[in-house]
Amino acid sequence: MPAISRDEVAHLARLARIDLSDDELNHLAPQLDVILQSVAQVSEVAAQDIPPTSHPLPLTNVFRQDEIRPCLSAEEALAGAPIVDGAQAVEDERFRVPRILGEEA
Amino acid sequence: MTDLTKLTAAETARLIRDGEVSAVDVAQAHFDRIAKVDDRIHAFLHLDTEGALGAARRVDEKRAAGEELGPLAGVPLALKDVLAMKDVPTTCGSKILEGWRPPYDATVVQRLRDADLVILGKTNMDEFAMGSSTENSAYGPTRNPWDTDRIPGGSGGGSAASVAAYQAPLAIGTDTGGSIRQPAAVTGTVGVKPTYGGVSRYGLVAFSSSLDQVGPCARTVLDAALLHSVIAGHDPFDSTSIDQPVPPVVEAARAADVRGLRVGVVKELGGEGFQPGVEQRFNEAVALLTELGAEVVEVSCPHFVYGLPAYYLIAPSECSSNLARFDAMRYGLRVGDDGIRSAEEVMSLTREAGFGAEVKRRIMIGAYALSSGYYEAYYGQAQKVRTLITRDFARAFEQVDVLVSPTTPTTAFRIGERVDDPLAMYKADLCTIPSNLAGNASASFPCGLSPDDGLPVGLHVMAPVMADDRLYRVGAALEAASVQRWGHPLLEEAPEL
Repeated sequence: MPAISRDEVAHLARLARIDLSDDELNHLAPQLDVILQSVAQVSEVAAQDIPPTSHPLPLTNVFRQDEIRPCLSAEEALAGAPIVDGAQAVEDERFRVPRILGEEA
Repeated sequence: MTDLTKLTAAETARLIRDGEVSAVDVAQAHFDRIAKVDDRIHAFLHLDTEGALGAARRVDEKRAAGEELGPLAGVPLALKDVLAMKDVPTTCGSKILEGWRPPYDATVVQRLRDADLVILGKTNMDEFAMGSSTENSAYGPTRNPWDTDRIPGGSGGGSAASVAAYQAPLAIGTDTGGSIRQPAAVTGTVGVKPTYGGVSRYGLVAFSSSLDQVGPCARTVLDAALLHSVIAGHDPFDSTSIDQPVPPVVEAARAADVRGLRVGVVKELGGEGFQPGVEQRFNEAVALLTELGAEVVEVSCPHFVYGLPAYYLIAPSECSSNLARFDAMRYGLRVGDDGIRSAEEVMSLTREAGFGAEVKRRIMIGAYALSSGYYEAYYGQAQKVRTLITRDFARAFEQVDVLVSPTTPTTAFRIGERVDDPLAMYKADLCTIPSNLAGNASASFPCGLSPDDGLPVGLHVMAPVMADDRLYRVGAALEAASVQRWGHPLLEEAPEL
C-alpha cells in the first residue's frame, strides 16, 4: 500500500501554498511515496521510553536587555520589496500586497 | 614570478604583511584565475569585483600606514550564497530570491570584514542548501575541477570547487547534513563543520535551524583553522550561539600531533554500499594514524544507520516551516499580482514558479511529517532517533577521543546520474548526518585518490561538542604525513584547467 496518494500530495501542496502542475503531481507523488516508505524505518528503533531531542544544545530561553538600538530605516527595509509591473510594490512607506480578504468577506 | 593563486592563505597573508606583494595584486590574480576557469567550473554566482578590490586597497593602505595586520588580512575568500552580504546579490541558488540584495551583513561576513579578508563573490549551491551535488541550483550545476563531468558535492559545491580550482584559497560553507564535508571529500579539499552553536547563524538563510552550521573550506588544515578562528565565537544576535571560548584550533593545527590520541573506527560506517577504493584509502589513512602514534580501536554506534531516515524527516520538517517566509510579500519574486488575484493565490503561484523540484519535495515531506495523525510516527520518532544517536556518540567518546569513517560512501558521481533518484542522492550524506543530529564537531580531510577511478577520497573525523581542536590535530598530522608520502599536496595531481 502506498504511504501517500496523489490526492494527498495535492492536498499537501495546497497547504504548502505551492500551485503544482498536473505533470509535477504525477512526477512527485510516487517519489514522495518512495521517500516516506524509506524514512519510516525510524519507527523500527525508537521505543516509548526514549525522550525526543528537538535541538542539540541544552538551551532554554536566552534573554537580553530590552534596549533601544539602531535598526533598519523604513526605506532600507522596503528596498527589497517585490517588483510588480516594473515598479516596487511599495506605497506610503509600506509593502503593497494583493488583496487578503475574499470578495464575499 | 610566484603564482599568487597557488599559495596557501597563511603564506599569502605573510607576503602581504611583509610587503612582498600587495593585497590588490593578490585579489586581481584571483579574479584573473576566475576569468580563466570559471566558465568550465561555474563555482561563482556573483563576483563583487569592486567591493573586493576596495577591501584589498584598504589592507594595502593599513600596511603602508604601519598598522598591524591580522593573520588573514588581504586573503581572498569565496562566500557561499546563503549568507547575507549587504547590497550584494544573495540568491541561495533559488529563483525566488533572484535580484535580492540584503540590507545587512551576516555576523560571519562582518567578522570576515573586521579581519580584513577580501570577499571575491558568492558561490553556487544547491537551492536553499538542499542537495548533495549542486545540481539543484536554479543557475546550473557547478563542476568538479578533478573531472568536469562530475559533481563537486553539495550543497556547497561552489565553495569547495572554488578552493580546489585555485579561484580562492579560502571559502565559507554551511553544513546541515554534510554540505561542507562531502564537497570537501570529493574535491580533495579540507572542510570543517564546527560544533553546532560554535559559529553565528545570524544572517544565514535558514534551512533546518537545529542542524545548520557555518564553517571553513580550505586547501590546507592550518588555513581552515585560521579561518575557523576568525568566524567562530559567541554572537548575541544568535540565541543558539555558545557563550564559551573558541576551542584552540590554530594551536592544534600547528601541533599536528596524534600521539596517544584514541581513535575509534565506526563499525557501522563501511561495508555494503561503500566503494572499494574509498574503503582502501580510508583504511590506509587509519593505518597512517596508527604509525603516527594514535591508538586505533573499533567502536560500534548502532543507531548511526538510522541517521539518514531521521534526517530526511527532521530537515524537511524544519524547512517546511522556515521556507514559509518566502511568501512574495516583502522581498524576492512575486508572480501573478494582477490586481485581481488574492494574496494566497499570488503566494502559491510565486512559490510554484520560484522553487525548484527538490525544495518542493522537501517542503511537502515536511508538511506531511508534521501533519496531525502522522506527527508521532514520523517527526516524533525521528526526534527519538536523534536522542539515540546522541547517546551513541556519548558512549563512544567515553572510550575514544575522536571517531573516524570515510566522509562519503563513493567518490564524485557523474552529473545527472542521481538527479531523478532522491534516495540515491540522499545516501551521499550517510556518514556526515549523525554529527548534525548530535551537534558535535566534524571535518573531512583529503586521504588520497581512489585507485578504481582516480578521484579524491575524504577521511571523516568526528569530535565531541566544543572539542573542534581535536579535528585539526588529526587533520594536520594526516596532512603532514600524507604530503611527505605523496611528495606534494593531493591537489597537485588534479588536471590543469
